[in-house]
Amino acid sequence: MRKFAFILLIVAACAKQEAPTEAGAGPAAKRTVVTGAGATFPYPIYSKWFSDYAKAHPDVAVNYQSIGSGGGIKQLMAQTVFFGATDGPMTDEQLKSAPAPIMHFPTVLGAVVPAYNLPNVTAELKFTGPLLADMYLGKVTKWNDAAIAKINPGVALPNLDITIVHRSDGSGTSYIWCDFLSKTSPEFKKKVGVATSVNWPAGVGAKGNEGVSGMVSQAPGSIGYVELIYAKQNDVTYGAVQNAAGEFVRATLESVTAAAASTAATMPADFRVSITNAAGKGVYPISSFTWILMYQNPTDKLRGRIMVDFMNWALSDGQKAAASLGYAPLPQQVIDLEKQALEKIQL
Amino acid sequence: MRRSADDRIFRFTTGIFAALVLLLVVGIGFELWRQSMLSIAKFGFKFWTGRVWDPVSGEFGALPFIWGTLYSSLLAMLISTPIALGIAIYISELSPKMLRQPLTYLTELLAAIPSIVYGLWGVFVLTPIVRKLEILMPPTLRKLPIFSGPPLGVGMGTAAIILAIMVIPFTSSVAREILKNVPVAQREGAYALGATRWEAIKVAIGYGKTGVIGAIMLGLGRALGETMAVTMVIGNNPQVSLSLYAPQYTMAAVIANEFTEAADELYLHALIEIGLLLFIITIVVNVISRLLIWSTKRRMTRVIVFPPVAKEEAAA
Amino acid sequence: MSYARRRKIISAIAEGLCAVAVILALLPLAMILFYVIKQGFTSLNWAFFTQMPKPVGETGGGMANAIVGTLVLIAIAASVAVPIGCICGVHLAEYTDSKFSSIVRFAADVLNGVPSIVFGMFAYIIAVLPVKRFSALAGGLALGFIMIPIVVRTTEELLRLVPSGLREGALALGATRSRAVFTVILPAALPGILTGILVATARVAGETAPLLFTAFGNAFWSTSPVQPIASLTQQVFLYANSAYEDWHRQAWAGAFLLVVMILTLSIAARFAVRRLERMNRP
Repeated sequence: MRKFAFILLIVAACAKQEAPTEAGAGPAAKRTVVTGAGATFPYPIYSKWFSDYAKAHPDVAVNYQSIGSGGGIKQLMAQTVFFGATDGPMTDEQLKSAPAPIMHFPTVLGAVVPAYNLPNVTAELKFTGPLLADMYLGKVTKWNDAAIAKINPGVALPNLDITIVHRSDGSGTSYIWCDFLSKTSPEFKKKVGVATSVNWPAGVGAKGNEGVSGMVSQAPGSIGYVELIYAKQNDVTYGAVQNAAGEFVRATLESVTAAAASTAATMPADFRVSITNAAGKGVYPISSFTWILMYQNPTDKLRGRIMVDFMNWALSDGQKAAASLGYAPLPQQVIDLEKQALEKIQL
Repeated sequence: MRRSADDRIFRFTTGIFAALVLLLVVGIGFELWRQSMLSIAKFGFKFWTGRVWDPVSGEFGALPFIWGTLYSSLLAMLISTPIALGIAIYISELSPKMLRQPLTYLTELLAAIPSIVYGLWGVFVLTPIVRKLEILMPPTLRKLPIFSGPPLGVGMGTAAIILAIMVIPFTSSVAREILKNVPVAQREGAYALGATRWEAIKVAIGYGKTGVIGAIMLGLGRALGETMAVTMVIGNNPQVSLSLYAPQYTMAAVIANEFTEAADELYLHALIEIGLLLFIITIVVNVISRLLIWSTKRRMTRVIVFPPVAKEEAAA
Repeated sequence: MSYARRRKIISAIAEGLCAVAVILALLPLAMILFYVIKQGFTSLNWAFFTQMPKPVGETGGGMANAIVGTLVLIAIAASVAVPIGCICGVHLAEYTDSKFSSIVRFAADVLNGVPSIVFGMFAYIIAVLPVKRFSALAGGLALGFIMIPIVVRTTEELLRLVPSGLREGALALGATRSRAVFTVILPAALPGILTGILVATARVAGETAPLLFTAFGNAFWSTSPVQPIASLTQQVFLYANSAYEDWHRQAWAGAFLLVVMILTLSIAARFAVRRLERMNRP
């Protein structure tokens, strides 16, 4: 009965895969896989970290899927992943509805920049919070609008329609952007609000930071918000934004670090703090922490130990790699506070 | 007697497996319904007429997605049906015998290309082309609602084109089968009355009309459920718009994009409710299509041998 | 001009338009294949088949884990779909006229038209939620469900095509129903059934949507059914959506590999069909 044999073959092949150890493609060492998911914003630095960490610890593999901050929070609450990652801190309601207490751990600092595509404009454009809010509310629709021209004197702005690009997935990058716009524009705060997924009044949705930067780079007249590294990697122009002190600042390591410096002193115990529109000179106003989320009392102690060890590594060795990828390392005071907080995880 | 006991066991055992298939259909419907209760209870009928999809405030209206799915599929059918019928007619009536096999194979190749590859091609090749065409459109036409909006490249138009290409092989292979099985007498009768070739073809199509409609609906069913290629080129913006330029959203695309992120129960249930609707719509369309095709084939009496069936099942 | 002349011209134009339709359909096919081959073939290298994905910023790396992942998923899917589909097909063929069979046949047809993402949602509800983890098993289940109706229908049709003389001969020799089916009829229909399985496999090898929230994806090598697993289709999707040139290159290579895989399966199925046609000809 050839068919029976055929079926047996398939089943046998499957059975072989069900070997108890998750064998790696290398020496047949027993390797533990830790699954996490979340933000696309820090994906470049996380993928580098997880790869470097795996090289130093061949018995561990951290599998991170960048599905957006909303996804990270959701999957963590559903407990289908071991840790989450988000650039928009969990709200009080979300924390209350989680099955167990969840802790936030900042990993790096990043910046969200307004990336735009204006082929014939070589000068670097300046934006303010209220202006960006009006654009995203659909009130400013052309690039040569008076509001833009006022802040950018002497720049020949084309009579081109503004195409707004935003995220179609639940995104912490969206959260940071909306947080800044809500702080600078009461109308935006009322009409749209702050969350990882909002009801955008205008524009096109793209998936992930990659999708937004890809769309902006291809469509003339478009503007979108992306994490700094994506703008750089995609060779997309991005503008300077006016900070609380009135200066027009571009996103750089220094300006982002400056944003965090002021908050280090008043960091809340659960690390959920917004540093957009921070006071001070030389501050880039759309900066943010990005967090890794873990349960305070994980049932899987082995993976808990692995992640705590990883976090300690990330807070020391890992910070050195951050700058090369366009992220600002955390201020030392924050690192110290975090190392203390990590000990609260019950292993 | 031992044999009849054995036979009964055989019937029962194989029947269990058959029941499993039935259980699958019922199970899918049941689970989808059960896991969308929160949303059904909260919104009721308003779910289908609401235009606002706002996960933050917990307000979910699925109208933009229904519109996007129906509009994109309708456009896709408008584009693909003439082409698919043209191919079916050409291959079965007009082409030289030698070309028949290769042409059949080539059209079926269209069905074999995976959805994600269509998406890749759509993003990197078709979208820039469509964007250039959108920019080239004369300003007088741009004032029409169907061509209004900024030229992004992604949008309803691009999605309709890709859907049309994907659907062509399904409609065309079934239509070809129908045409092949029209009794020769029909055509010969037409020729005897002095018809031109095209008029004879029209007679044949008229005879198999129900089946051809079934073939078209089969393509429609396929278009309604297409996910990956559409979500990469449609722009993912939940708005109801007539414009081909406008980025819009379909039911399958919103599920693919937002399923992993639905952070609260209501959000998840709302998405599953959309999945339930998709399930029901595609079932209805497919059932009607099969009934039409089956009744036509029965009328034509000739036994359909398995190669077309295997390919039809593969295509369907 | 005479009425007859006009009709002839219309006929010629209509026929011409049909030929144009063929070209219109084949044009995108040519474009897609051309792009996939051009971009993909040049990006294929040994590293693609043997290496894991490298992190962002490092060039190189490959999709070894995704290729293996797709194979694992297909294996799980087939191990679900083949037994259920074939035996269900056997029942439908042996008891063609029963009411039960008609209902099951209807159910299989219904399943055939259900979008693949709905299967993904179902697999998420029954295989991910209860155990709170993504797994290759859930992904394989979703794909298996998609395969079932194809296998059922092909098996049934093929069994029905086996000349009744064979069945009657076996029964006349005193075989029980089950013996007749398993020792005589099924082996006769086997090549066709295998074809059906090949066709069903070709169909699911290219699926992405149902895997997004069942198999979930994995940056590392994994063959375990209870862990998330990478797949060629998902990896291509991820890379295509990214901002990195190197990843775009690899996405095309992955697409090329997918298309080659599926084409091979379809060609194999076609050859089997042809051989069977020749065999069954009286």
